[in-house]
Amino acid sequence: MNTNTNRVLACIDGSSLTEAVCDYAAWIAQRVDAPLKLLHVIDHHPETAATLDLSGNIGLGSQEHLLEELTAVEQQRSKLRLQQGKLLLQAAKDRVIQAGIADPDSNQRHGSLVESLIELEESIRVLVIGIRGKAHENRPDKIGAKLESIIRSLHKPILVVNDTFKAPQHIMIAYDGSKATEKAIDMVAISPLYKGLTCHLVNVSKDDAATEQLLEAAVSKLKNAGGIEVTTKKLQGKPDQALCEYQDKHDIDMIVMGAFSHTRLHDLLLGSFTAKMLMNAKKPLLLLR
Amino acid sequence: MLFLSKKQDWLGNIRGDVLAGLVVALALIPEAIAFSIIAGVDPKVGLYASFCIAVITAFVGGRPGMISAATGAMALLMVTLVKDHGLQYLLAATLLTGVLQIISGYLKLGSLMSFVSRSVVTGFVNALAILIFMAQLPELTHVTWHVYAMTAGGLAIIYLFPYLPVIGKSLPSPLVCIIVLTGIAIYWQLDIRTVGDMGELPDTLPIFLWPEVPLTWDTLKIIAPYSIPLAVVGMLESLMTATIIDDLTDTPSDKNRECKGQGLANIGAGLLGGMAGCAMIGQSVINIKSGGRGRLSTLIAGSFLLIMVVFLDEWISKIPMAALVSVMIMVSIGTFSWSSIVNLKQHPVSTNVVMVATVIVVVWTHNLAFGVFVGVLLASLFFANKISHFMYVESELDEANSIRTYRVIGQIFFNSSGKFIAAFDFKEAVDKVVIDLHRAHFWDITSVTALDKAVIKFRREGADVELIGMNEATATIVDRFGIHDKPEEIEKVMGGH
Repeated sequence: MNTNTNRVLACIDGSSLTEAVCDYAAWIAQRVDAPLKLLHVIDHHPETAATLDLSGNIGLGSQEHLLEELTAVEQQRSKLRLQQGKLLLQAAKDRVIQAGIADPDSNQRHGSLVESLIELEESIRVLVIGIRGKAHENRPDKIGAKLESIIRSLHKPILVVNDTFKAPQHIMIAYDGSKATEKAIDMVAISPLYKGLTCHLVNVSKDDAATEQLLEAAVSKLKNAGGIEVTTKKLQGKPDQALCEYQDKHDIDMIVMGAFSHTRLHDLLLGSFTAKMLMNAKKPLLLLR
Repeated sequence: MLFLSKKQDWLGNIRGDVLAGLVVALALIPEAIAFSIIAGVDPKVGLYASFCIAVITAFVGGRPGMISAATGAMALLMVTLVKDHGLQYLLAATLLTGVLQIISGYLKLGSLMSFVSRSVVTGFVNALAILIFMAQLPELTHVTWHVYAMTAGGLAIIYLFPYLPVIGKSLPSPLVCIIVLTGIAIYWQLDIRTVGDMGELPDTLPIFLWPEVPLTWDTLKIIAPYSIPLAVVGMLESLMTATIIDDLTDTPSDKNRECKGQGLANIGAGLLGGMAGCAMIGQSVINIKSGGRGRLSTLIAGSFLLIMVVFLDEWISKIPMAALVSVMIMVSIGTFSWSSIVNLKQHPVSTNVVMVATVIVVVWTHNLAFGVFVGVLLASLFFANKISHFMYVESELDEANSIRTYRVIGQIFFNSSGKFIAAFDFKEAVDKVVIDLHRAHFWDITSVTALDKAVIKFRREGADVELIGMNEATATIVDRFGIHDKPEEIEKVMGGH
């Protein structure tokens, strides 16, 4: 993830979070000195019929006729979306240029968002995406329908944006000593993104002696990296609630954590911590996979 | 794998799928009944099969939105089996057909479809349309004028009703046709054949039945000659239909899964007292046209068909055959590839010959497999012939040293070997012959033998023969052909072209 050809990829769809997504992407791109790419995906829904004709008869040449008709309808729809997408991309481009990105790339693709991202995965350094797309724009109680699939299928850092942009000063790392968060600490330590920020290393658990050791190890790792100011905190209670309360109290701007380390089945039965955090957190979440 | 499907395949298009499923069910009934009669079994055998095949392929098929059921193409293959051995052997043959199709699915024989060229597919489709039409003729011969009038009226309703404002596009015209003709027949108490006269209709849900045949070698010998063509035709029609739906909806399908799905569906049909079936081109097109896209449409079509025939059997038995004939003529017309006639003038003669030959063989033998076989064979021959034109030999004479140099350029294989030998002048008296093969490609043993022959002939005339570039030229006879898909590989094999 350290090669410079890898880009910060911002997914935009024209929802209210698009501007914030652009701003955060620009912020990351500048801090890690990576190129920025704006992506707009035109999602087709071939599983849904565009026309409904219940006359139920077929005659001479109806196959050819039907093909012609379906093609014409889809062409028209796609053209319109292509046009809208271009406008969105242009607006986003202008915005990130103003934010100081010299030469942002933009890309438009057909197909489903998840598939497109999987295809692009190799070139992604950080993915920036809004917590919900246009379909759920006015439903603050919902997270985007595809967000979980995206997070599960990509193995790159993902910043989930859920609020207007504010340059992060204080970040919080949710740390439980698991392999995923261990890795997250390593990534934070080597990345230029976090230099100069105040970092709250927060752990929610009951077992004291063991966590003490874990936290110490993590803190020394971060301190060795240099440039990061670290404070640690142990919390009690339900992890998601405790973390969100802490975030409120200490004016945290961004939460760094692992994501979906369990299988879907496990989460279906026991509930997923990541899903709860996505629902409840008021500030952007940086998910390290 | 076989049972996995995406959520959107089922629930992505609920309204369209449900309505289209209902419309398609109406077009399934006439085909199931008409071809049960042709196969020589009760209509219930076809109707149970249609239910079973549609429902099972909804879950395990490889092409969402495709309609499979009891079909004419399959029914025509089982006529003599039923006549000679009875229904139980038909059920056993249906089971074996399913097993064969599942095996071919696992052997990935679906990929063999790439050998079936476009013109063979067109020929297949046209032949199928003709067969469906011809199957209606027995209902139209030796009958009173009432039947002709009813059939003509039925067709008029089917094609003109959709032009009515408002209701035209929201009521399936085949349904209107069936209801109106049934009403007329009952009201005037016309003495014409009805569905009820044709045999037993289903009155219960299908039940599990193991075919009552002895499990012996002899049984296998009786059913295998029917099961193999049934399996082949079933897969051919299913895969061709899948391709048509792929094109119409601009979505991909899993061809090998389709083979397995068809097999499983046929096994299900055989165990529930139904005959073998496959995908149906006409009905699938109706489904897409009506807005069906997902698996749900196929499931609804099959279930609704059964509900209708079981609970409305009193009414179904009163439907005049003329109404079903009208619907089937519509299916036949809709299946026919009209553009293939329009394009006859523009397409090359060889393509037209392949298409027409396929049609003639099918109509002659009533077996679509033979037609496809002949079509593929012809298409391959035409192709080989075309490629053999890509070969020429140039030569020059070095008079001072009495050396004749031949440069061979192009494709040499069984079909062009004769032309290759004929290019040499064996009667020319020279001391030395050089054959430059740098830009020649030897594709098979026939071509190598031809080269040997040429060399021997020159030697007998007293000339020394030198071959240059032999290694490059024979690099192409790699059986189990390596994959030459990199530019430098192609360059090595096809160098200079």
